[in-house]
Amino acid sequence: MAKQNKVSTPFWRDNRIIPIMLQIIFVLIVLIVGGYLINNAIAGLERIGIELGLGFLGSTASFNISESLIDYQPTDTYGRAVMVGVLNTIKVSVIGIILATIIGIFVGIARLSNNWLVQKIAGLYIEIFRNTPLLVQIFIWYFAVFLKFPQVKEAFEIGPMYLSNRGAAIPWFELHSGSLIWSLLFIIGIIAAIIFWKTRLNTQVKTGERKYPFVWAIGSFITALILAFVFTQQGPVDMTYPVLGNFNFEGGHTVTPEFLAILIGLTAYTATYIAEIVRAGILSVSKGQKEAAKALGLKNSTTMRLVVFPQAIRIIIPPVTSQYLNLTKNSSLAVAVGYADLVSVGNTTLNQTGHAVEMILIMILVYLTLSLLTSLFMNIFNKKSQIVER
Amino acid sequence: MNTNLNTDQSLEKTIEPPKSSLGVFGWLKKNLFSNWYNSILTIISVIALFYIVKGVFSFVFISAQWSVISENYRLFMVGQYTKAEIWRVWSCLGVVSLLFGLSAGIWKGTARHMSVLLSVILLIHMLVPFTSGTAKMWLGINIGIVVFGYFLAPFIPKNKIITIAGWFLSFPFTIFLLNGFGVFSTVKTNVWGGLLLTLLISVVAIVVSFPIGILLALGRTSNLPIVKYFCIAYIEIIRGVPLITVFFMAQLMIPLFLPEGLEINNVLRVMIGATLFTAAYMAENVRGGLQSIPSGQFEAAKAIGLNGPQAMTFIIMPQALRAIIPAIVGQSISMFKDTSLVAIVGLIDLLGIAQTVISNPDFLGRQMEVYMYIALLYWVIAYSMSYASRRMEKSLGVGER
Repeated sequence: MAKQNKVSTPFWRDNRIIPIMLQIIFVLIVLIVGGYLINNAIAGLERIGIELGLGFLGSTASFNISESLIDYQPTDTYGRAVMVGVLNTIKVSVIGIILATIIGIFVGIARLSNNWLVQKIAGLYIEIFRNTPLLVQIFIWYFAVFLKFPQVKEAFEIGPMYLSNRGAAIPWFELHSGSLIWSLLFIIGIIAAIIFWKTRLNTQVKTGERKYPFVWAIGSFITALILAFVFTQQGPVDMTYPVLGNFNFEGGHTVTPEFLAILIGLTAYTATYIAEIVRAGILSVSKGQKEAAKALGLKNSTTMRLVVFPQAIRIIIPPVTSQYLNLTKNSSLAVAVGYADLVSVGNTTLNQTGHAVEMILIMILVYLTLSLLTSLFMNIFNKKSQIVER
Repeated sequence: MNTNLNTDQSLEKTIEPPKSSLGVFGWLKKNLFSNWYNSILTIISVIALFYIVKGVFSFVFISAQWSVISENYRLFMVGQYTKAEIWRVWSCLGVVSLLFGLSAGIWKGTARHMSVLLSVILLIHMLVPFTSGTAKMWLGINIGIVVFGYFLAPFIPKNKIITIAGWFLSFPFTIFLLNGFGVFSTVKTNVWGGLLLTLLISVVAIVVSFPIGILLALGRTSNLPIVKYFCIAYIEIIRGVPLITVFFMAQLMIPLFLPEGLEINNVLRVMIGATLFTAAYMAENVRGGLQSIPSGQFEAAKAIGLNGPQAMTFIIMPQALRAIIPAIVGQSISMFKDTSLVAIVGLIDLLGIAQTVISNPDFLGRQMEVYMYIALLYWVIAYSMSYASRRMEKSLGVGER
């Protein structure tokens, strides 16, 4: 028996050897092609006189960045400039994700409304914004809308806000000595509200007596706020309002037109995708579920909140996650209107220093990290919302 | 929408509910004013819609100066393509028109809708006053070709195979004719521009990325660990970075990786970047298709004596590709929209041309008109593609059992 097995297959037809051979060939091809390209690159870099390495991040950047979340001067290093870019990317992505989600959910529900007109308007909005390139939309917002606003002197006044070609001047807050107490009591209020809500609801479900969990939760939260006011004798923050100064607005907070253009562009574009996902998610909940909820005597709004939505959210989360990732990646289009995001700063840096390879690798790494972090958060959220099966 | 309903209908004829006889007021009450908040919503929507429509109308018909479009029309369409050689572009359009006509004649349905759309667009361009005499002639010929193809199709033997082959061959033919490659005088790619360049980049990216995507998907699903992890790394890294960094990489790093003396012009570089980018997404689409095929298919193929590659080519792949047609169309649409990014790396595609036109001091402050116009162009093409894909999905019965 053993002897028969030994002679049976030649090695080129042996199922155990073929895969190994194939992989060796594959590795060889990759190594040869890769080695050739890298060799060329090293030779090319030597010709221009650039050494690979991250040392350039320590030298002075000497270019200006119009808006940043951390202190930045042109005398700072390239490393700090890149940091500013990363923070700006995160800023526009986070605000964009929040706004796009809110608008997307609204439009998605409007698309299913039984009001004919609302439904058609939502559909029209989706078809228009989905089928034109995001970059064109951003250009329209920036060059054809925000830069066409009047000069600062003739700015549009909308309540306490001003709109001019230098952006939107909005009321802003400043922290003072009482803010810490306010924020502490605010958090305590929220925790108390959650605890009351849970315990009261639990007793209500167990005993069947009315325990008013909602009233208790809101009540405890408001009590905390009143306490805060009694302690500090002032509001949580000082508000400052924009006032027209000699050349620009003073006080308040000025949002640059670049930021506005990229934010509105990203939001309006991504919201259409989220709207379609929300619609599909709600439609995917089978009709029987709604009918069963009705048969139990639930109201329309309660049916939506307790029966349809928890089931829809499971289908909605994975595609919405990929939309969030898209939004983060699309925020790189900011480079086109000069908002100082990672790509914009990186581009300036690599043009000034010539360290293209390193800079592009840094960009890739940062975006990969952001993508992975977003996926991670959404996966945790996704796990929580899934049904626990046997 | 509801698959249960569909299967029911095929089994037995259901009796339709009686038609409602509500009339106009009944319809209004049911659809717009069914309860108090719907009434408020309707009123708010009507007011908002009124202001938006009024604003758009007063812009389009009163304040806008459309001369910026009509005077630069050539630029928007073909960029600075050599004027004397413009007949080549028209010939390429002629081939495409013929193929549209033939397809419409053979498959009817969606193909016919698309051909009618093409003819209508050509006709509009023929009727507007600013196109030149020769352009009108070419446009007229093209409409003729579409109609000719439509009526010719039934008389050609093996028309389906010929037309499909024609679609595939039209692509290298177009590239060949536009460039010349020595047979005709060479028109360098740096003067290609406008809508022509936008379409070319997206078509190249989609067509070339398709085989690469299939290979990557096969690699990712294969059980050779080295190949598998290589493909996973490629796909995930490309999918994790924005397209614009890929374009920067193509512009800055491809010249570095080439041996001294060999240069690739920037249009080709961008095409390589777009292709490598799309291939990763294409691979994920194909992988989705592969996963949708039940493993029984593969086992059955083995049982009738096919080896691995044969089973893949003849049994698994055809089914997988059929299942992902909508996804591929979706990918094409997003690639078509994303080609606008090449304007950032200095190419003069449709958006790049728009930027150049706006910076011309003769047309100062005409941003809105220009962007509106190119947005409309992008919209018409993207929307008709998504329309075609939706119809195809229905007629192929993808996703239904």
